[in-house]
Amino acid sequence: MALSWLLLILLALAVIGFFAGRSRALASAGGNVRDLHSLPSYYGYNVALTALVPAVGVLIVWLLAQPMIVNSTVSSLIPDQAVPEGSERGLIMSEVRRVAYGLDGAVASGAMTETQAQNGNADIEALTKTLKDAGQVLTQDITQPILVAAQKFRSMTSTGTVAMQVVVLALALLGAAFAYLRTHKEFRARNVVEQGVLALLLLAASIAILTTIGIVLSMLFETMNFFQLHSWKDFFFGSTWAPNFRGGSELSILPLLWGTLYISVIALLVAVPIGLFAAIYLSEYASGVTRSVAKPLLEILAGIPTIVYGLFALLTVGPALVSMFGDGGALGVGWMASSNAVLTAGLVMGIMLIPFVSSLSDDIINAVPQSMRDGSLGLGATHSETVRNVILPAALPGIVGAILLAASRAIGETMIVVMAAGAIAKFSGNPFEAMTTITTRIVSQLTGDTDFASPETLVAFALGLTLFIITLGLNIFALYIVRKYREQYE
Amino acid sequence: MTDISQMPDAAPTTKPKGGSLFEKDARTKRRNAAESRFKMYGIAAIGIGLLMLIVLVTNIVTAGTGAFQQSFLALNVELKADKLDKKGNRNIEDIKKVSTFGYAPLIASALESEVEKLGIQTDLKPKEMGKILSKAAQAELRNYVIANPDEIGKTVSFRFLVNSRVDGYMKGRVTRESIANDKSISVEQLDFVDQLRDAGVLYKAFNPDFIFGADASDQRPEAAGIGVSMLGSLFMMLVVLALALPIGVAASIYLEEFAPQNRLTDIIEVNISNLAAVPSIVFGILGLAVFINYMHLPTSAPLVGGLVLTLMTLPTIIISTRASLKAVPPSIRDAALGVGASKMQAVFHHVLPLAAPGILTGTIIGLAQALGETAPLLLIGMVGFIASNPPDGIVAGFLSPNSAMPAQIYEWSKRADPAFYERAWGGIIILLIFLVTMNTIAVLLRRRFERRW
Repeated sequence: MALSWLLLILLALAVIGFFAGRSRALASAGGNVRDLHSLPSYYGYNVALTALVPAVGVLIVWLLAQPMIVNSTVSSLIPDQAVPEGSERGLIMSEVRRVAYGLDGAVASGAMTETQAQNGNADIEALTKTLKDAGQVLTQDITQPILVAAQKFRSMTSTGTVAMQVVVLALALLGAAFAYLRTHKEFRARNVVEQGVLALLLLAASIAILTTIGIVLSMLFETMNFFQLHSWKDFFFGSTWAPNFRGGSELSILPLLWGTLYISVIALLVAVPIGLFAAIYLSEYASGVTRSVAKPLLEILAGIPTIVYGLFALLTVGPALVSMFGDGGALGVGWMASSNAVLTAGLVMGIMLIPFVSSLSDDIINAVPQSMRDGSLGLGATHSETVRNVILPAALPGIVGAILLAASRAIGETMIVVMAAGAIAKFSGNPFEAMTTITTRIVSQLTGDTDFASPETLVAFALGLTLFIITLGLNIFALYIVRKYREQYE
Repeated sequence: MTDISQMPDAAPTTKPKGGSLFEKDARTKRRNAAESRFKMYGIAAIGIGLLMLIVLVTNIVTAGTGAFQQSFLALNVELKADKLDKKGNRNIEDIKKVSTFGYAPLIASALESEVEKLGIQTDLKPKEMGKILSKAAQAELRNYVIANPDEIGKTVSFRFLVNSRVDGYMKGRVTRESIANDKSISVEQLDFVDQLRDAGVLYKAFNPDFIFGADASDQRPEAAGIGVSMLGSLFMMLVVLALALPIGVAASIYLEEFAPQNRLTDIIEVNISNLAAVPSIVFGILGLAVFINYMHLPTSAPLVGGLVLTLMTLPTIIISTRASLKAVPPSIRDAALGVGASKMQAVFHHVLPLAAPGILTGTIIGLAQALGETAPLLLIGMVGFIASNPPDGIVAGFLSPNSAMPAQIYEWSKRADPAFYERAWGGIIILLIFLVTMNTIAVLLRRRFERRW
């Protein structure tokens, strides 16, 4: 029985429960609605929710827990000597899963009977041949321990699935019966239902916390695994980034951090002056019409997906810069060898950040009280002197906050740097050279065939955690500054 | 300000400097100049911003429109029965035995007879003539024959895709100079193409396969389309809509209407605002570690992509939903409570319907943001996958590997043949059309249903 059928049965049970509970409540009041404590539909909702919510809750927890339990049990079945030299337990486990799915597929397509699939002493060559003939994908040769483990995997998974279905259905039926029997005209159905709904609302709100915990835990575990395989000193204080999948790689974050910061600084050098002056002009000088046209147009830039900026950098800005600064370019300087460069990524990222800086600064400048402007103008200052000497100092903390938020955006930006920054990790001050960033390396270490046991893959989690902490720190600091400033004039 | 305060000091002892109020002194001129300079900086900043927007948009339009047109060669192919169905019993299994390669002679002879008919003079050998066609042409012919076995023995007119170099030549991307080191096409072939074009059998036309078709391998950029990855995006958006909307609305109702002022509420609120600023790639790492590595959900599946994007869009939806709940005046709640509704009834029967347009607007904007997001999809394997077949059904749509529009664009941008770049820009046009439509709907909804209390 597939999961979708189970869910459909649960839903049907809930619907039946709704009508049953409702009519039982009406019957207990002799058909007179006014004798009931709550509206009749609340009795229905009570039965439906009591049937559905615990069952679905158990279903979700079971679905999450079962693979972990099955995996760890089956993994302990494989003896250490069955793990070949240079391979990893995780790789063997994925092979076990593949064989198990292959057996499932072969049984489902009728190429093999259930007893054949469960036969632990089966002839391995014959089995491999049957599986391959049935069109199942196998990458390695099946060995005896793998076959036994795969059979154990299959039997545990199928037992687990049957048990899950039984437990979930029993829970749903029990819940429905319990709520149905409780239904009586004196029963305070509305209060119970509202309590339940409130609990569900709280659960939904907690998903934000769960996500954060998920992010931190998933990265923390793999980061700890990484530091067991690779020295943390090299990661934080080394000077070279040279991953080598045959081992002996040097994985230091510092060159990546340098590239990230360099590109971010160029982006901010573009975005901050333009964004700030645009915000000043829009909030202090522009007429209502100009403002209502220019502001949404600028904000379009913020709504464009980053893949578009990435392509723009890769195919337009990069070649344009090469034709200016490259060999035989318009300036004849020959500084730039390839279109992948810090400058390319930084410029385009700067364009992306303009609306970010301008709309945040705009809000902050508008929050400066009008009386301060009036006072300054009344003393004879020109408009620009008012802006420079009164408004900007007053808005400065907020603007700093906005710039920090933009910086955190720039540090975490992925697509532009993946497409336009290049792949060479080095300390260099030349903006015409290709350099790489933290996000670029996360993408390149985690795409393709990933082996979760090698430091070259796991380093991506350590990089991700560092990135998460840097951006989070910048954000919290920036929000703190902005909030503190906003309260000043309220 | 300082100069103003100095003026009165100077006034009583010496003659006023500058004299007339009608004449500006040097200092006033300087200050006025600084004023207009400052204003110019502002105008220049906005000008640069808007200029960038214009450059970006014109660049996208000029580079991408080419992808919607493709060069075709019209040919009348005789489907020779002795080649395709040797036994002559029109058995579909026998017909399927003829491989794609077996269709090549049919196309070659059709091209030869066409050349003779048009009276084109060329030194090219028939095999070299055939090379101007796409590698997809034979497969196209085979699919046609398998679908219509009754047509065997007749002469049917087709329009075949031509190879990407020829297409580039027709669009002006490839020139006689640029192919100097190109082994896959020669100047003679381009002369031949010129003659075919003048004869009217080789022409450019609108190419619906780009919008609705599947991706093709490295060798056949001319046959690549974005349709299948569009389906992948659609299924992802369904997941996001089905999860993010109810969870987001429920969370916002709790936080805005019911949450007591305590530490848990504070933690939730801080968490939501922080999640909104977490780089999207971090959500990709979460998806890889939790959904794929731990839960063993299928790699590259739209379901996984949808789950990751749900987590990413939730903060956006929660923030906008809370804003629209807050905009409903308290008098509505008070009135409902006053006539005997419970708090829950007041919220679900009165506040929520009034906030619905705002919630909808926020959801559409959140979906638009999710639709354009690429970085997390890179990590869960939606890139590098050639989306060559549309999913067979709804369940397969969620679970079988697919790509998504932005991932497909990224994939094209990485391939070696420059013909794919044109398709990447074309894909961006389609993506932006979706985004603009969604945002326009959101703005219209807001305009139509916005209430001022």
